[in-house]
Amino acid sequence: MPKIRSVLTGAHFMNGDVACAEGAIAAGCRFFAGYPITPATEIAEHLSQRMPELGGIYVQMEDEIASMAAIIGASYSGLKAMTATSGPGFSLMQENIGLAVMTEAPCVVVDVMRGGPSTGQPTMPGQQDVMQAKWGSHGDYGIIALTPSSVQEMFDLTVEAFNLSEAYRVPALLMGDEIVAHMWEKVVIPPADKIKIVNRKKPNVPPENYVPFMPDDDLVPPMACFGEGYHFHATGLTHDEHGYPQTSSSEVQSRLVRRLCEKIQRNSDKIVKVEEVMLKDADVVVVAYGIVARAALSAIRRARDKGIKAGLLRLITLWPFPEKNVVRVAEQVKAIVVPEMNCGQLVREVERAARETPVVFLSKLGEEPHTPMEIFEAIRRSS
Amino acid sequence: MVQEMAHPFSKYLRAEVMPHIWCSGCGNGVVLNCFVHALDELQMDLDKLVVVSGIGCIGRTAGYTNTDSFHTTHGRALAFATGVKLANPELEVVVISGDGDLFAIGGNHFIHAARRNVGIKVLCANNLNYGMTGGQQGPTTPLESITTTSPYGSIEHPFNLVHLAAASGATYVARWTALHVRRLTQSIKKMLQKEGFCFVEVLSPCPEIFGRYNKMRSGLEMMAWFKRASVVESFSDPSKAEITAEKIAVGEFVDMEKLSYEKMLHEKISKINEKAMEEVG
Amino acid sequence: MPERIRHAPLDKEKVKSARGEIHLLKDECKGCGYCIEFCPKKVLEESDEINARGVHPPKIVDESKCIVCGFCTAVCPDFAIFVVEKPNKGGS
Repeated sequence: MPKIRSVLTGAHFMNGDVACAEGAIAAGCRFFAGYPITPATEIAEHLSQRMPELGGIYVQMEDEIASMAAIIGASYSGLKAMTATSGPGFSLMQENIGLAVMTEAPCVVVDVMRGGPSTGQPTMPGQQDVMQAKWGSHGDYGIIALTPSSVQEMFDLTVEAFNLSEAYRVPALLMGDEIVAHMWEKVVIPPADKIKIVNRKKPNVPPENYVPFMPDDDLVPPMACFGEGYHFHATGLTHDEHGYPQTSSSEVQSRLVRRLCEKIQRNSDKIVKVEEVMLKDADVVVVAYGIVARAALSAIRRARDKGIKAGLLRLITLWPFPEKNVVRVAEQVKAIVVPEMNCGQLVREVERAARETPVVFLSKLGEEPHTPMEIFEAIRRSS
Repeated sequence: MVQEMAHPFSKYLRAEVMPHIWCSGCGNGVVLNCFVHALDELQMDLDKLVVVSGIGCIGRTAGYTNTDSFHTTHGRALAFATGVKLANPELEVVVISGDGDLFAIGGNHFIHAARRNVGIKVLCANNLNYGMTGGQQGPTTPLESITTTSPYGSIEHPFNLVHLAAASGATYVARWTALHVRRLTQSIKKMLQKEGFCFVEVLSPCPEIFGRYNKMRSGLEMMAWFKRASVVESFSDPSKAEITAEKIAVGEFVDMEKLSYEKMLHEKISKINEKAMEEVG
Repeated sequence: MPERIRHAPLDKEKVKSARGEIHLLKDECKGCGYCIEFCPKKVLEESDEINARGVHPPKIVDESKCIVCGFCTAVCPDFAIFVVEKPNKGGS
């Protein structure tokens, strides 16, 4: 049996960062460019070990701005590419996330959220970057963000992030948090042939007929890569379907920007993933994500024990926001409880979707996420 | 005199987006001309060439060359190019950008790309100001120059790009002006055939803005300065390679052999895999 | 007068010097004047006509003086002029 395997099939006890790194490898990632930052450093360290074993590339760039630029370059050279960071690095990456969106470069950006703003609390968890995930770069655009609640999901959702970024030619963000990244849990990695892998659409026309940014019906253009003879141009400037800059045309601006938004919005039914726990007859539903959802699960079970019909809508996809799911829940329940480790971010989206249904927001900052008791009390008060 | 023949280099340029946006006498046109001239003399495989540019007038170059090309965000061309080259070392990656893009906002990426010695070829059109945005001072603006953000004369010492590139570890460093078209073309050819990080600076006329503010109202006057002041001092001390009204030191300053990043990476990967195979037995 | 100037080269009939055929893409010209200024044989000068860009493109004064050095081709920022070597029929 060869010593170096790409997919580490089997059951493992590992931490979230390592699970994420192995998920990337299993998804086919062979390029990682990054910069050390607590609490995501272990992803870089693990990949600096694994990538050369697999003939892949680990390069430590001089900062997060360069890391983001490098993964777009690698993506355009045909590799699946990823970077990993936390809040301060995520802020630095925003301009180039915009470049990835504008040039429709598939790539994965992991943000292991920590206490912010600014340098904040590097070793403490947070959920303070969730709005930034959608709105962080300037301009209007659509983006995909997933959020894991367990170490297993750090593996699974990294694979999913790669698949989504390839399918929709958009950066896919994995919004982890310091606890999920640093805790150790059991991870089951399936055999390689059981892992679903999606690759970017390639053009099926010869170079002279290739129009690089002409979308198919799903609003996603097939992607040629450097060195394949297509001689195409891509730019961060507003461009027409041929990729050439069109900086004066309102018509081109409108067409391009709306397509970049619609590309995600229109396909949201295929993208959005949630977990529904005991929702069918629920009177009070907790909408939670990330590490907080673990406490929420405990809380609703306690509530059920006490006779309160509580349920949990766990968001796995943050963006595009699972609006339809929240609307459905809101129509059914007396109240929605939203616990977040921030001062009120995703709760605004929930409020918007929930309309008349009361939404109770539980804010927590610092070392610990909400305890199950805290969430249970809120459920009890709302029921 | 016949008029029906197409320009011999037209195959290197995208007809749909020509003519370029550059002003009359702009050195960027000369840089582009020398670049495609070098490609032609080398009969370069255009399928394996990737042109990456940053933001600025020179940044439009990537849109004009009939190759795979990418126009990045301001200053990030070298970081992007690093990703391209390492992901596919078979590609010839050329960064064509300007003094502001490469050395102000992009300064950090420049010194690290040179330090790493990734096999990227950099062609820098140095027009001594930020042309695209209207002529502001930049990191190479000569002392006391008038620009739109130094109306009383610049009080910042400019970079000596040749010195900076040499100190950062480039394997090939040259400086020419837009007048030295032959030697510039030869330097471009040389760097396209060389291993490691290469840097060619071209002192380039910006007659409409920099020239006009600094008593050189036309491209011809700027070229006259280049002609009058240029001295070829190849392999002299890069730290002394100055650009002043009286003297422009040009030439090839560094030409050495150094194992490139991608070659070292390849060797490491081979070693690791050999070792693993040995252990398996 | 030295020998070497009084006598023509012995291979005068065999070695032909280059003759140029200058192509002007007049409407591409932006009137920078580089080709005119830097031609070593002063083959070009500014014309009186106005091209599509509103500038005076160069005109050829005496194409027979062109030695196909190619400097105009190399220095033109706008790809508006190029010279090709004409097949040579007679001696220099």
